[in-house]
Amino acid sequence: MFRNVAELVELAESENIQISEVMIRQEMEVKQLSREQVFSQMERNLDVMEKAVEDGLKGVKSHSGLTGGDAVLIQNYMKNHTPLSGHLLMDAVSKAVATNEVNAAMGTICATPTAGSAGCVPGTLFAVKNQLNPTREQMVRYLFTSGAFGFVVANNASISGAAGGCQAEVGSAAGMAAAAIVEMAGGTPSQSAEAMAITLKNMLGLICDPVAGLVEVPCVKRNAMGSSNAVVAADMALAGVTSRIPCDEVIDAMYKVGQRMPSAFRETAQGGLAATPTGRELEAKVYGISLKKE
Amino acid sequence: MKYRSVFDIIGPVMIGPSSSHTAGAARIGRAARHLFGREPKYAHIHLYGSFAKTYKGHGTDVAIIGGLLDYDTYDERISQSLHTARENGMKIRFHEEDAHSDHPNTARVKIGDDNGELELVGISIGGGKAEITELNGFELKLSGSHPAILLIHNDRYGAIASATAILAKNQINIGRMEVSRKAEGEQALMVIEVDQNIDDAILGELERADHITQVAKISD
Repeated sequence: MFRNVAELVELAESENIQISEVMIRQEMEVKQLSREQVFSQMERNLDVMEKAVEDGLKGVKSHSGLTGGDAVLIQNYMKNHTPLSGHLLMDAVSKAVATNEVNAAMGTICATPTAGSAGCVPGTLFAVKNQLNPTREQMVRYLFTSGAFGFVVANNASISGAAGGCQAEVGSAAGMAAAAIVEMAGGTPSQSAEAMAITLKNMLGLICDPVAGLVEVPCVKRNAMGSSNAVVAADMALAGVTSRIPCDEVIDAMYKVGQRMPSAFRETAQGGLAATPTGRELEAKVYGISLKKE
Repeated sequence: MKYRSVFDIIGPVMIGPSSSHTAGAARIGRAARHLFGREPKYAHIHLYGSFAKTYKGHGTDVAIIGGLLDYDTYDERISQSLHTARENGMKIRFHEEDAHSDHPNTARVKIGDDNGELELVGISIGGGKAEITELNGFELKLSGSHPAILLIHNDRYGAIASATAILAKNQINIGRMEVSRKAEGEQALMVIEVDQNIDDAILGELERADHITQVAKISD
């Protein structure tokens, strides 16, 4: 069983296999399942992600009314304009937003690695797909590669906003996505690790400050930015750019930053954007609504 | 290692909005339900840390009660669980606690009916994964890295042997085992960490064994 990114990359490169393959073999071993069983379970998760993106692009609204409809706005904009940041990037952003809007509306999603950060992995996947034309199997492998890096973060640091802030959720998700994009684009296992490191470095210190305690503001847009961060970092890694700080040390730094983060910035809705005048106003309004509902 | 499976990371499939506050909370509720063995008539839920501060926004309350109704994380009935539980006659109270807890997402769940009561402490550690840290006053030291079964039994000779005999017969290897009891001859708890996943047929067999009153599976 790999314990860190260095071991994961070493396993893949010494056996000349992909990161996704290392993850698949480990899962078969741990769960005593066949390759087909492991693969089809992941394919079901892929189906859920695809459905969530579709639903979000049709337009949804959360119960609080704080989020919803932005994925549609972005897609419409892309039809009528050439986005300054590029078509693929904005496509990823819109699909990440779509997923998190569905999540906020209490729809069905697949946590990757959490629900609040569920947009980055599928958002980038379904955008990159249009350019790389992967097979269905490669799309499922994308999820195993993401999962392998997330597995290391979850065991060596944290993927919980309440424990480590947003850097532990959207930061991890974005890093996982970056690593998976690299593999799908034909990069090496160590380039995947570089992409993860570059992404996570740029999300260090991000606090978890949900307005009214809801997974909506700023979570939906943080997934948008996490996805764009992932695409850019993947391109940088594929270009041969490396991180001066190794991936495992970046993960450890993220963990330590999280441990020293005051509780007000760890999903308690007591600091950051949640504590702004508008954040407080929205909170009062939301609980007015939910009290009436009861 | 706390997380063993790639599906702890890519998964679970769930109803939004929060894996820790909704899916993890549902799993704490469902663990309580499985340990209790039936739908309770009352539920007192004490919430700590981030759970206490944000449970309404995240639907933590709805999720825990959904778990008590035996709903899985992706069950769409979760959103109606408070209503359904009350309709079934369940008396529900939520308590927001200020006290410090070791983990920010902690819930103490007390459930029961005329025939019994159960109290457990669950923590939601992220990504929808939950751990049970206390059961009926017994502190649980689960490594979380292996599947575990919890057996509540009467403190009698032969109780442990009957459980381990069933596992041996099914070729299940025990990695770690702990037995504790409230007092001599009273309620006792076996915590057994195993290498393989335990299927429901074996759980059923354990449940029917001598002196064993309740069986549950943890950290699948």
